[in-house]
Amino acid sequence: MGRLAMQGTSAHGETAYHVATGPVGAALEIDDFSLWYGKTQALHGITMRIEKGLVTALIGPSGCGKSTLLRSFNRMNDLIEGLTVTGRIRLDGTDLYGAGVDVIALRKRMGMVFQKPNPFPLSIFENVVYPLRVDGVRDRDLLEDTAERALKAAALFDEVKDRLQENALGLSGGQQQRLCIARAIAGDPDVLLMDEPCSALDPIATAKIEELIANLKGAYSIVIVTHNMQQAGRVSDNTAFMYLGRLIEYGETQRMFVAPVVPRTQDYVTGRFG
Amino acid sequence: MSVTELHAARRARRRKRADLRAHGEPQRWATGGALMLGVLLILGFLLLVLWNGLATFTPGPIAVVHLANGTVLAGEPTRAEAFEPTDETLATLPPDWQERIQAEHGLASRTLYRVGNYDLYGEDFRWVADYEIRAVEHPGDVVFVERAEWGPFVGRFARIELAGTSVAAKDVSADALEEAHRRARERREEIRHVEREQIGAVNREMERLRLELRRAELAHGPGSEAASRTAARVEPALAELQREYDELAARAAELRAEDSRHRVTLEDVNGTPKELLLSEIVRYYPANAIGPFGALGIYASRWWEFLSDEPREANTEGGVLPAIFGTAAMTLLMVIAVAPLGVVTALYLREYARQGRVVSLVRISVNNLAGVPSIVYGVFGLGFFAYTVGASIDQLFYPERLPAPTFGTGGLLWSSLTLALLTVPVVIVATEEALAAVPRSIREGSLACGASRWQTIRSIVLPQAMPGIMTGLILAMARGAGEVAPLMLVGVVKLAPELPVDGVLPFVHLERSFMHLGFHIYDVGFQSRNSEAGKPMVFVTTLLLIVLIALMNATAIIVRARLKRRFAGSQF
Repeated sequence: MGRLAMQGTSAHGETAYHVATGPVGAALEIDDFSLWYGKTQALHGITMRIEKGLVTALIGPSGCGKSTLLRSFNRMNDLIEGLTVTGRIRLDGTDLYGAGVDVIALRKRMGMVFQKPNPFPLSIFENVVYPLRVDGVRDRDLLEDTAERALKAAALFDEVKDRLQENALGLSGGQQQRLCIARAIAGDPDVLLMDEPCSALDPIATAKIEELIANLKGAYSIVIVTHNMQQAGRVSDNTAFMYLGRLIEYGETQRMFVAPVVPRTQDYVTGRFG
Repeated sequence: MSVTELHAARRARRRKRADLRAHGEPQRWATGGALMLGVLLILGFLLLVLWNGLATFTPGPIAVVHLANGTVLAGEPTRAEAFEPTDETLATLPPDWQERIQAEHGLASRTLYRVGNYDLYGEDFRWVADYEIRAVEHPGDVVFVERAEWGPFVGRFARIELAGTSVAAKDVSADALEEAHRRARERREEIRHVEREQIGAVNREMERLRLELRRAELAHGPGSEAASRTAARVEPALAELQREYDELAARAAELRAEDSRHRVTLEDVNGTPKELLLSEIVRYYPANAIGPFGALGIYASRWWEFLSDEPREANTEGGVLPAIFGTAAMTLLMVIAVAPLGVVTALYLREYARQGRVVSLVRISVNNLAGVPSIVYGVFGLGFFAYTVGASIDQLFYPERLPAPTFGTGGLLWSSLTLALLTVPVVIVATEEALAAVPRSIREGSLACGASRWQTIRSIVLPQAMPGIMTGLILAMARGAGEVAPLMLVGVVKLAPELPVDGVLPFVHLERSFMHLGFHIYDVGFQSRNSEAGKPMVFVTTLLLIVLIALMNATAIIVRARLKRRFAGSQF
């Protein structure tokens, strides 16, 4: 992939910013985005570009705001009372927080995978086609095709094809998480948001999910929040390091780990704090 | 303190066992003991009800008691107890009795006999002290006769009159009498059918036509063209109905005449005669000569009558079918009313409302509603549902029946709604907790899929909260089925043989007043002329009420278990 190197700084001028653009352009453009929970400011003027078709990892110590940032992309934070935001997040040029944005339509363009597997207490089949059910799809063929495609994409189809009508809660933790990934991609989103998707899984299940992320890359723009530096190194193309609600450094993953510009990033990736 | 001293002190502390309180042993015993006490109380209560309830219908032997004063009485011994005779009574006793009573520290024992024959004696039960008795025998020919009126008769058959010919009882075989009795009962059933159902249907139809006429008069004014058109249509029909009525009345009279040709003359042990229609006898048996299987038959037949028949004798005899039906129908209607109301309220409170001061206030009020005395709900139900809503319904839809109220008085519907109001806090609280127990993560999962809040609630949250909601409904049902006080104001009556569901259009009559087992218990036990006769019925009815509630709860619990199985492995 031919990439153009790009140098930039945030509005505050304190972020080291050196990122490879993807082949097609930006999936999300974040422009001076700040967020408050009541009076507490959780995000301070974040400015960055999530590249289309690549995997972007958000790393940083607990409480640094990486999950908050991720949940701002599909406005899941709206559920919290007393939330205020400033700045913009653009998806194909439209501001997610602009006036008249249909949040439900927006969420349909984003698939989300959560920290703990959260399958619904329904059959495996119904779990996968849930995004279609929500849209009122009744066409049996379409539902079945989608379920098969999504489950195959999530590398789960062979394990569950004979028991699609069984309760999803009977699956193992790793299977449940892959089911959630299948569910997230069944709605054919543009962006896949993953909030520490492996933190509740054992190493083997984690390896499978990581493999899956590598396979999904290209078809989807993936943003993954992770605590695990090695994981970020393995799966992502770009990495953003956040600290105390600020974006400290953002760049190509390899460079970030080998030659971080900011001393604090160096400290974190080498395990000196965090 | 030196280091060595510190070490020594620590060693001393270590050797000592942790004290009892630290182990929490007394607390364990106290909590366990409290539980045991509760369990014992409930078990004792159930045993008492079960024992008394099950024993009620057992036919007992009849003792013929010859008293020292020369009189004779016959009756079923009910219970015995020790009592203290007064000094005056003691003085009149023979010396050997005086000695025996003295040896027992002044206590003598007495037995309560169910002597029946209320029409002859003016009492059903009589206490007989041991010292009054000269002899007791159990002759085989004494019969216990359950009558449709006046309670049981204890005595012998003297004469039997079949189809007009009277013979001495000893000349009629037991089988012939049984056969005649069976036919007499059938005849009575037929008379009832003609008088109550057929004539009743004609009456209802006539009433309907009259009301139609009245309605036309109310709408268009009396003497108007429309009214006279209706009258022209109604009057011939009324005449036709009147003819039908006369025919049926004649048929009933004929049956009654036939019925009166079958009579029996009973006499008590002193030879006092009492004549009655054979068909007035519900059941009779020679109490001392029936044997265990005969007794079992009587027992079963009494239970069957109890469960499947209407009450008679001011509710102290007969069955409680209308009360069973009324209780079940009222409870089901209540659940149908309370389930959506409670669940929808809780959904708004938990899922939509902004959690703040107002919601807290509402929640506190709801919880406090559960503590309002139930009779207050009864007053509200009467004032609001019956007198306000019901009266308006009458004005709008049944003006021709006024001033006789249709919905404007207590009835099944208003009772159910009143109880729904009474139990709604239970459902709201339980539903809110069930909703709160649905993990946030699966709500977020659904919302992240682009589901709206309502879609999330309907397809994810509600199904998973359903077992918890069911628990709330079960609690509400148990509370509602056992509630009596408010019902006395809004529709429960002492006697309502007409069931709220029958074959007459529109088949379900929600405006009718109804009978209720809980009220039946109160009525039988404390409002009847004969509380001694009512006492066993109190226990039987209590037993039945408990069984009914247990059955309804068991059904709900099975449904809940099925729902739970669907979510096996979920976080419940």
